[in-house]
Amino acid sequence: MSVTSAATGEPLVELSGVNKWFGELHVLQDVDLTIARGEVVVVIGPSGSGKSTLCRTINRLESIDQGRITIDGTPLPEEGKALAALRSDVGMVFQSFNLFAHKTILENVTLGPVKVRGKSKAEAEARARELLDRVGVGHQADKVPAQLSGGQQQRVAIARALAMDPKVMLFDEPTSALDPEMINEVLEVMTSLARDGMTMVVVTHEMGFARRAANRVVFMDAGRVVESSDPETFFTAPSSDRAKDFLSKILNH
Amino acid sequence: MQFISDNSDLLWSAFLTTLSLAVLSGLVALVLGTVLAAMRVSPMLPLRGLATFFVETFRNTPLTVVFFFLVFGIVQLDLQFPSRFTAAVAALGLYTSAFVCEAVRSGINAVPPGQAEAARALGLGFGQTLTTVVLPQAFRTVVPPLGNVWIALAKNTSIAAGFATTELTAALQRLTNVNGNQILLVFAVIIAAYLVITLPSAWAIRVIERKVAIVR
Ligand SMILES: Nc1ncnc2c1ncn2[C@@H]1O[C@H](COP(=O)(O)OP(=O)(O)OP(=O)(O)O)[C@@H](O)[C@H]1O
Ligand SMILES: [Mg+2]
Repeated sequence: MSVTSAATGEPLVELSGVNKWFGELHVLQDVDLTIARGEVVVVIGPSGSGKSTLCRTINRLESIDQGRITIDGTPLPEEGKALAALRSDVGMVFQSFNLFAHKTILENVTLGPVKVRGKSKAEAEARARELLDRVGVGHQADKVPAQLSGGQQQRVAIARALAMDPKVMLFDEPTSALDPEMINEVLEVMTSLARDGMTMVVVTHEMGFARRAANRVVFMDAGRVVESSDPETFFTAPSSDRAKDFLSKILNH
Repeated sequence: MQFISDNSDLLWSAFLTTLSLAVLSGLVALVLGTVLAAMRVSPMLPLRGLATFFVETFRNTPLTVVFFFLVFGIVQLDLQFPSRFTAAVAALGLYTSAFVCEAVRSGINAVPPGQAEAARALGLGFGQTLTTVVLPQAFRTVVPPLGNVWIALAKNTSIAAGFATTELTAALQRLTNVNGNQILLVFAVIIAAYLVITLPSAWAIRVIERKVAIVR
């Protein structure tokens, strides 16, 4: 059963006819995908199928060769000020955390609000402490990233993204670099975000999270969206052979 | 020792000239070299091209030729520096900036790409990403190579002796000419004066390096 509040149906992120090549490699092929406000979409698929690339095109860390991506009705701008402004509304959480190594935990979370949103330092710090408490690392605020465990670092990374009050959050395999005992603490934070109505695109192989928090599972293979259905249907009765094959492989270990 | 006190004015002013040549052109090189490094990693092709051209030009031209050009060459273009000293600062600064650029650029490349990506994903622009996230981390790895650049620069100031700037090497020439019998002492004094400039910096570099090291 899904804990997520039902999405409103109004589209927030729209990809239509998206194609991308890395040289000869056609890494995204005619991708159409609409994510509604408040919706939680889990993207799964075999390694190299283009999940990370898809995720990264949504805030244009990767550019696309054909097609159109809009966020909240605005097409993604070219490089420059407008793109930076748009990115500030799209939170991103990376597999390898990517916390700023030379800054404290608190500074990691206040950097964006101060430099991009123009908030005062005091205001940004108050909010940062609130968010750090929320993800359970409030007492670590004055440490530097290397002093924290992977699970703690990833929760800080989530707080850093939340500090920008994003419209949508992108997660690219947020738990793949973590020791098993730390996976749950991160998934719990993500589940609570989903419950609060955050729009989320999550690349993950955590089936428990998908069942618990996702409205929809998107299955990718070889650069294409092969299947898009609610988690229950996807896990119990996948329609494509490739999804069946993939599921039998990951569920059998 | 009589000889040293007889020439203390010349020695002292030569020492100060060498020191100020090194410090001033070092500052020029640090600022210009950092700007060049930023240009070389910028997404704009014309900036990259311009910086690459500049760096390769100065890196591959003998320093004496750069001096010649800035002292005599530019007269053809109806240009001139206000003094030989400023010409020397310019020559040393421009030449050294090419090496600073390459050191800083290697430091930038040593910063994991995820750092800049995370900054861009927050909505920081290219300049903000560079100044708040990438460069502060790059400089930490660049302290030792910049230290070498600094020592090379301190020694390169001696080229200015050939262009009418009375720094330590010019003083050396002058003193050995008139004190043939004291030649070893003159050398010892001049070398010691260079060491006074370079040795404390080697030490300072080690201290800075330890202070700014980041744990990953
Ligand atoms: N910058 C790049 N240049 C060239 N090829 C790339 C680049 N980034 C990714 N690729 C290739 O594109 C394909 C899709 O990569 P992507 O990272 O999107 O896959 P993925 O589904 O996220 O895989 P994984 O589960 O291993 O993370 C892969 O074959 C990869 O090697
Ligand atoms: Mg991936």
